Amino acid sequence: MLADKDRIFTNLYGFDGADLASARRRGNWDGTKAILERGPEAIVDVMKKSGLRGRGGAGFPTGLKWSFMPKEVKDRPHYLVINADESEPGTCKDRDILRNDPHTLVEGALVASFAMRAHVAYIYVRGEFIREREALQRAVDEAYAAKLIGKNNIHGWDFDLYVHHGAGAYICGEETALLESLEGKKGQPRMKPPFPANMGLYGCPTTVNNVESIAVAPTILRRGAEWFTSIGRPNNTGTKVFCISGHVNKPCNVEEAMGIPLKELIETHAGGVRGGWDNLLAVIPGGASVPLLPKAICDDVLMDFDSLKAVQTGLGTAAVIVMDKSTDVVKAIARLSQFYKHESCGQCTPCREGTGWMWRVMNRLVAGNAAPAEIDLLQEVTKQVEGHTICALGDAAAWPIQGLIRHFRPELERRIAAYNQAAE
Amino acid sequence: MPRKLIIDGKEIEAEDNLTLLQACEQAGAEIPRFCYHERLSVAGNCRMCLVEWVGAPKLQASCSLQVKDIFPNKDGTPAKINTNSPAVKKGREGVMEFLLINHPLDCPICDQGGECDLQDQAMGYGRAAFHRFAENKRAVADVDMGPLIKTVMTRCIKCTRCVRFATEVAGVPELGATGRGEDVEITTYLEQAFGSELSGNIVDLCPVGALTSKPYAFHGRPWELKHTESIDICDAQGCNTRIDTRGRSVMRILPRLNEGINEEWLHDKGRHIGDGLGRQRLDKPYVRKNGKLVPSSWADAFAAIAARVKATEPDRMAAIVGDLAAAEEIKALKDLMIRLGVVHLDCRQDGAKISGPRPAYLFNTTITGVDAADALLLIGCNPRWEAPVLNARLRKAWLNGGLKVANLGVPVDLTYPVEQLGTSVEVLNALADGSHPFAEVLRNAKRPMLILGNGALARRDGAVVLERAARIARETGMIGPAGTPADGGWIGFNILHTAASRVAALDLGFVPGQNPDGTGGRDVAGIIDGAQKGEIDFIYLLGADELPLENIGRPFMVYQGSHGDVGANYADVILPGAAFTEKDGLFVNFEGRVQEAERAVFPPGEAKEDWAILRALSDVLGEALPYDTLADLRAALVAELPHYGRIGEVPLWQGADPAVWNSLGADGVFETDVPIGQAISDYYLTNPIARASRVMAECSRVLLCGGDQKVAAE
Repeated sequence: MLADKDRIFTNLYGFDGADLASARRRGNWDGTKAILERGPEAIVDVMKKSGLRGRGGAGFPTGLKWSFMPKEVKDRPHYLVINADESEPGTCKDRDILRNDPHTLVEGALVASFAMRAHVAYIYVRGEFIREREALQRAVDEAYAAKLIGKNNIHGWDFDLYVHHGAGAYICGEETALLESLEGKKGQPRMKPPFPANMGLYGCPTTVNNVESIAVAPTILRRGAEWFTSIGRPNNTGTKVFCISGHVNKPCNVEEAMGIPLKELIETHAGGVRGGWDNLLAVIPGGASVPLLPKAICDDVLMDFDSLKAVQTGLGTAAVIVMDKSTDVVKAIARLSQFYKHESCGQCTPCREGTGWMWRVMNRLVAGNAAPAEIDLLQEVTKQVEGHTICALGDAAAWPIQGLIRHFRPELERRIAAYNQAAE
Repeated sequence: MPRKLIIDGKEIEAEDNLTLLQACEQAGAEIPRFCYHERLSVAGNCRMCLVEWVGAPKLQASCSLQVKDIFPNKDGTPAKINTNSPAVKKGREGVMEFLLINHPLDCPICDQGGECDLQDQAMGYGRAAFHRFAENKRAVADVDMGPLIKTVMTRCIKCTRCVRFATEVAGVPELGATGRGEDVEITTYLEQAFGSELSGNIVDLCPVGALTSKPYAFHGRPWELKHTESIDICDAQGCNTRIDTRGRSVMRILPRLNEGINEEWLHDKGRHIGDGLGRQRLDKPYVRKNGKLVPSSWADAFAAIAARVKATEPDRMAAIVGDLAAAEEIKALKDLMIRLGVVHLDCRQDGAKISGPRPAYLFNTTITGVDAADALLLIGCNPRWEAPVLNARLRKAWLNGGLKVANLGVPVDLTYPVEQLGTSVEVLNALADGSHPFAEVLRNAKRPMLILGNGALARRDGAVVLERAARIARETGMIGPAGTPADGGWIGFNILHTAASRVAALDLGFVPGQNPDGTGGRDVAGIIDGAQKGEIDFIYLLGADELPLENIGRPFMVYQGSHGDVGANYADVILPGAAFTEKDGLFVNFEGRVQEAERAVFPPGEAKEDWAILRALSDVLGEALPYDTLADLRAALVAELPHYGRIGEVPLWQGADPAVWNSLGADGVFETDVPIGQAISDYYLTNPIARASRVMAECSRVLLCGGDQKVAAE
């Protein structure tokens, strides 16, 4: 279990104030000027050494991403864009950071922008996050008033931070769709390459990072890469905010070490599975878009990028959705299919047409109203979507279904047989 | 910098600014595609062009991947691309299946059938014909896009070519995609008709049957049609077209690729004028008897003309060439009139004050030269109506090179930013003496150009306008050395004609000649004035229908032409001629480029090819013209104007002699109280064929006159 002294988000639950004075008391904004004085190269270097992997879902090394930005500002300004469009079902970590610990993010934005030679950063807040945006805006205003950011601030790096409110589309959490939306266009992903580090916001070099990735940066820089790597496992270092929801006794957000066993995570922090561990049916370990895990795997799997990848799922946003044996697992996945069908932007063919097809077949499978061969058909359709789309939404729509077929095929076959028997 | 790639085992070198799709085509591989189009931005959304980059985790959309982004393998060997591997085949089959599951597959009742990308590629790249989609298909409400475009939006595959064309090329961003996911729909905002003169091109661009031609709906199948290469005569740009005919009727007109003129676009008038070819046709000769036109024979019609010609002094005779005449008949008419001693000749129905050496009435910059221009002064012209395809090119120059445009004349939306300089001719003085701020812009530009339109040239003080324009051209560095922009050459002085016949007629000198006593012949205004005063007794109209004939008086008038329009109303003898689709004819566009339109169908009834009518008439008049075949006539034409033998070529900046620009027009005083006008008042109704066309009438009503204003009872 993570020691309290190693926690980065010390006010995740809002027991203390979110205001600047309280944040300072908790250690935020401490020695920020000294961090900046190390210079951009050194900051990026520490971030690389810390092994921090992006907390938004894909797990791309943050330091490496920062290093992709041009080393000099030429004719185009650099931008940092912070993705607070937290829409992945089951995920609510950024929300607590925004409303209870916003100064970690504001400070992180300054440090990260400095490291990437950006004088302007945008925070794109999910449309439904009204109070969160207000809390964040208060923190930004406080930071401006205290001259921590803004023109001629005490840190010596002119820096403007804008909070932008989205309109509630899931796809706008995809980094390039987010940039389109931020530019005032329809939220549709762009093709890559060119990557945002080369052609991002308004065609300028841009880095898009998740809230958590940015918010942990100042603490890592204050306490050192060695401290961060001492937590977790190699290539999966540091702490992570896990969001545990579903059939547990005490759903919660909790900051824990990477690589904590799933069972320990649920039992220690969420009060255990409703009705005991043996009542567990399956767990979606990383938000709606990753394949689920049946209980047998949940028993001893570790919660980090590489361990979960080894069992054909992913850490994603570390949103643990627990389902006990009362769950209609087919219906649960069908509901996710409906979500992806609804949120597909409709730009490219496989996702536009495939999500609807998959959802319709899933819906019939809930009742078993299908031919047995349709399970294979569904699997094939998911494969036809996966990897053929512009962005990862197609993959995200395909994976939960693949997980279901992989682990619960007998259940699907049972329903089909029962339905067809009843029909005869 | 070229980069090496191994495509399907074949090593090639591709320029790094190409897309992978283009590189694959270079290597001889065929890549299916729907959304990709060379002249539009890359959307990458249909996913049909997937190829395999060996080593990459996913298939790559080859249309959006640039060669410069394909790095070599770690060991330095060129990247390997497969366009035909099992993975690619499977990927394409998957995409094709997705495209088809919600497509109605109503090919038997779809006008796109037989020339449908979806149909063809489903055969080439789809799975064998079986259905795995057991759900209901999606249906989408159709959109009203006006009189020219029929929509069946259920067929749409959301490639967004039409949206990109409207936004990028046409510059009329009225199309867009609404909704999300499978509910995405392509629509016009607020259900308006698509208000562009280039709207028909989205029918060509649509890879499926979602957008088809409304006038052509259910009229024919592509395999029934005979194709003939032709030239558009609705404006003076000379867009290359293909006439599709079935039997004796022109079914449709489509653009033909010509990078130097129209790329692959065609404007709506040129595209949809076809139904006018079958209406209001003059299909037999007429002679006026007792005030009424009665059908007659060719011999009687010629006899009536001959009798009148014999009884009339040459000085009391005149001839006017209309806007749609081909070079051959202009030459034949000119030769005949010279033999008769007639000097009152003119081709400038609108009264434009142009003539003189060839560069003085050409679009010297040429159409491709426009791409290199960086500042433009429009004087009394509206290129959006007078040459819509040229206007798209101007827009492209603005998009790509930041062309700065100022307009002296009636303010119009040209689809790109234009600085309005007002409608007063006096601004020309300020521009000429350099005191106007835009003169500074022109002087500072590397390749400045001006376009002088008939809105300014057709004024009574048109000659003064011409003189000032030439002075502006001289003073602001528009007259550079000869040669293409690539060779450092530049002539930025341009006249924008609106009549397809104009340049040829000017080349042939169909302008007032000299009387024996040395005085000049009459121009159009003089001829009409003379007729009113009883000084002109005989007028020969070769398809001239744009003249103010209301108070012409009672001269004897011969109208030779294809349509019963204004000219025929006033005629005493009507000689039925051929429309541009019914004869082999040479047309010279405003660049001075000679192009040939081939005969697609035969003239209706007793109508004849125009040069042949004049040849036959010359016999009756006892002044036989010295050519018996079209080939003879062409030979005579080339003997007179050698460059007419080089069909399709644009004469390159022959106006480099600076003396030309010093002697244009006439110095004088402006009629300052008259604002600069417009050459065209209704884009859709500029010539007799268009005025006979129901489609054009409908366009004019819906798109220009505010559309349906039906009363409740209707």
